[in-house]
This record gives sequence, C-alpha cells and structure tokens, in this order.
Amino acid sequence: MDLHTLTIAKAQKLLSQEKISSVELTRAFLERVDRYEDGIGAFITLDKAGALAQAGLADEQIAAGNQAPFTGIPIALKDLLCTRGVKTTCGSKILGNFVPQYDATVVEKLKKENAVLIGKTNLDEFAMGSSTENSAFKITKNPWNQDHVPGGSSGGSAAAVAAQFCCGALGTDTGGSIRQPASHCSVVGLKPTYGRVSRFGLVSYASSLDQIGPITRDVTDAALMMNLICGNDPKDSTSARQAVPDFTQALNQFEKNSLKGMKAGIPKEYLGVEGIDPEVSAMFDRAKTILEAQGVEIVDISLPHTPYVVAAYYIIAPCEASSNLARFDGVRYGIRDHSSQDIIEMYKKTKSKGFGPEVQRRIIIGTYALSAGYYDAYYGRASQVRTLIMEDFSKAFDQCDLILSPVAPTPAFKIGENTGDPLTMYLSDIFTLSANMAGVPGISVPGGFSSKGLPMGIQMMAKHFDEISLLRAGFGFERALDLKPGFPSLS
Amino acid sequence: MKISTDEIEKMAHLARLAIDDPLKAALSVQLSHILDYIDTLKDVNVEGVIPASGAAFLNNVLREDVRGDSPGPDVTLANAPERDQDFYTVPRVV
Repeated sequence: MDLHTLTIAKAQKLLSQEKISSVELTRAFLERVDRYEDGIGAFITLDKAGALAQAGLADEQIAAGNQAPFTGIPIALKDLLCTRGVKTTCGSKILGNFVPQYDATVVEKLKKENAVLIGKTNLDEFAMGSSTENSAFKITKNPWNQDHVPGGSSGGSAAAVAAQFCCGALGTDTGGSIRQPASHCSVVGLKPTYGRVSRFGLVSYASSLDQIGPITRDVTDAALMMNLICGNDPKDSTSARQAVPDFTQALNQFEKNSLKGMKAGIPKEYLGVEGIDPEVSAMFDRAKTILEAQGVEIVDISLPHTPYVVAAYYIIAPCEASSNLARFDGVRYGIRDHSSQDIIEMYKKTKSKGFGPEVQRRIIIGTYALSAGYYDAYYGRASQVRTLIMEDFSKAFDQCDLILSPVAPTPAFKIGENTGDPLTMYLSDIFTLSANMAGVPGISVPGGFSSKGLPMGIQMMAKHFDEISLLRAGFGFERALDLKPGFPSLS
Repeated sequence: MKISTDEIEKMAHLARLAIDDPLKAALSVQLSHILDYIDTLKDVNVEGVIPASGAAFLNNVLREDVRGDSPGPDVTLANAPERDQDFYTVPRVV
C-alpha cells in the first residue's frame, strides 16, 4: 500500500484498526519529502525528528485505546501560525530567527490530539501575495507543472498536500489565500466564516479579514479538520460564540438527499469579469451542469458592488497591515539593525532590511490611506463600500443557498510572469476577495484541468456559519466529477 | 503623478521605513497607478452608509479580570534582539 496516498479519513481508519502505525505513515511522507522537496520547495522548516517523536507517542496512545480523530495524522502548517519552540518566519527576513514561546490555538488543538506536525510551509511574506513568489526564502513550485506558481499565499500548504508530503495542511485566507492555491494545486481549500476559528497565534496581516482553514485532498477531510479547529476561544475576542456542528453531517445529508432542494446563485456581475480564460469558463459551465444533475437549482442573482470589491479591499487590507506590522520594530523579536545610534534610524533600517518590496508597498499604501487628510476619502469610503458589499451578500442569500463562481480567472501563471505589475496581480483576486470582505465562508473544489494540464477549481460561498452547505455541495460535486488524475506525477 | 516621491518619503518616515531613491521612484509610479484604480470608489453613492468595522457580528466581549501566571522574563525576552538582564534595550533616546 502506498501510505502517502492516504486521506485523513482513510489514515484514521487504518490507524484505529492498527493495520498501519503512525511512525510508518510519517516515514512514508518524509521519504516523499526527501525525494521531491528540492524540486517543489513547499517547506520553510521541516521538523523530521519532532514529527517522528510525535508519531511514536501517537502509536502508544492508539495502542492504549485513546485514539482521537487526529492522533498520528501528519499535518503541515503554514509558517504564519505560531508553534512553540519551532521557528515561525511568516516568510519574512524580519522574523527569520523568531521562535514563538506559545502555540496558536489551532496548533494547540492539533497537539492535544497528538497529531504529527511535519513542518512549516512556505508563503508570500506575511501572506501578502497570490503566488508564493513573495517569500523571502524560496519560490514554491506547482506540483502539477514546476514552471508554474502554486498560487498563494498558502502556496506551500497547497503544494505540500498535492505533492503528498502530508495528509492535510492548515492555511490562512485574507483575500483568497487558501482557496486560490487549493484551486491551482487541485486540492480542497475551505475558508471558514469570519470568527469560526480562533486567530490566536496567527500572525496578523489584516485582522478583520484573516481566517484559518483546512487544505486537504478531499471534502471529507475538510469536514474532519473543521471539526477540530472551530470554536470560541477566549484568547480571540472576535471568535464567534456560535455552536459548532459535526461538519461530517454534511456528507450524510448528501447521502440522504443528494443536493435536492439546494439553490445556487450565479452573480451576473461575475459573468462580465474581464480576462476570464475560456478554459476556466468551460470548466465552470461543466460544473454547473454537474450540480444541476445532482438536484441543484441554478438561479440568476446580482452582487451590484462587485466592480468595487478589489479597490475597497486594497485599501482596507493595507491599512490594517500598516497598523499590524508596526510591531516589527527590532525591539521585542526578529532582527535588528545594529549600525544605528539613533532609535528612529534603528526602526527604519530594521524594517527596510527585514521587509520585502510587496510588504513595504502595502505598508506605504496603508499609511497613506490612513494619514490626515486622506482617511475619509480612502479608508472611510472603502469601509462604507464594504458595508454595501455585505448587504449585497445578505440580499443574494435570500434567493439562494450557495453562490457559484470559478476560484480564479485563469489557471496558475508561470513563475516570474506577473511580478512586474502589482495591480494585475491584485485584479486576479476578484472572485475570492468578497468572501473576506463579507465574512462569509467559501470553499474551493477541484473542477478539472486545462489543455496544458493545469488545475482549475470552482468556488462556492454560503451564508455566515453555513459551512455545512458548502461541504454538502462540495462533496456531491467531487463525487460526481470523480476527477482523474487525483495526484500529479512528480519526478 | 498622484503621489510624488516627496509624499512617498513622508509616508516612509511615518511608517518608519528607510526607502532608497530608486525604490521611491518606483513606488511613486506603482502607487499612483494603484490609487488611480482605487478612485473608482468615488463612483459609489455612500451617502448615509455606516462604515463596516469588521466582519464579526459581535458587541463588546467582556470578561472578569482573572489573575494568571506570568511567563517570566526569560520566556518574554527569549526573542529580544538585545537585552540587558530583564530589560529590552534600545539605542539611547534621551
């Protein structure tokens, strides 16, 4: 049996039957990493010794009859999530030596069940980017075609799952950073409702938009990870006090009623978006047909403020970033420039040495938009437009349970192809940004391949806290499509 | 240019960034381009619209103050680039 092909659900079962051990499973993944990681570059830090030690403990726990759902399951973490005693860089030179003294709440939850934490994955610096090319350490390659980007900013996590370096991974999503790389790597990515998952220990980029979520091989695994990571946390005052359902009931709902009775809306504004690749449109049309065959009724809807989403987002996110990133000043953690005698000069040199160009660009935009005289015109107005975007969504969800779109307008572009013009890169986030602006959940499910063999995905969004509908529809779609090949062949 | 190199310089100072001249020039061009695009927001009628303060639908979240254990200086200062005993140190300010 090829252990590295196992999903979380299958590995759980085989572990519980003691047909495999966690040490065997972990070794199988680490062997893949040894063979292929040089080509892919999914990880910033690998913790092989730690992973094997955790696997040994997990096996003892299972033998003692105390298996929890994630006991012994190898998981990778985006390197924006704090791990006690394991370097957490955020893909930035400024935190190149940072070793957190505490775990993020989601990491604590994984450790509590004795999951095997295999390593920390690459990302665009502080999650600012859509290609993982903005990492200070390496460029991650798309496992389906190594000349192409894996998407971003959780590109390392998506590539690690696609390359079968782990059973599943956690990413973070501020404007599509889970869903878009999942789409580009033909894996499943879910951004939960804002507040579903504690952000404690997630290094903040834009606090009102950031959310942690799963990147997995299939929809069933996404449901299993949601069961583990969701819930209120006193350490994050924005985490919701909403009851957490058993997300796997979505799969039972599908088995019982397929997708009958579900309505999916397609916003007319999305159809007119410029620059959609014809192969993405064709994939999307096929997806609609598949969902209809499963009982979904497709309805036309409108999200009238769609043309303003990118502009409003690229004010709000940089404003929050300029405020959040002010803390990296060379005093409490990270690097410091030691050449300065003056404190202001020390701050300046530290930051400009430590932050890459995209981060400095966003800090400057945010500082400008928040500065006296410009605040009302930029931040104030963008926040008002955000209210209108939220209202668009609540009206749309009076008419449907799901909103359908492609995840990205094109398949993954080539490495280096899009680095010259930041605005073009920003515009490619058109379908994913809205979910963060409105706080609603969104899922990315593999939808097929382009003629060049590059993955493309479909996105579904749902009402606040209705991840169950996303998982049910995603499961139905995945099962009906039965996409082949499931994995890239690496060399 | 919507945003001049002088304004970039001013913003860089406010944000405590040391940006060299070539980058200043590049940022002036790129940011002007981005801000032109962002001007599309002026087309939206926002009269009377309450600005969104976030995506969490919460009121104030309150709790009782509870005394917890301090992690202590060695944990707190573990990542300090420079320290003197139990204190962070910075270049002389006064």
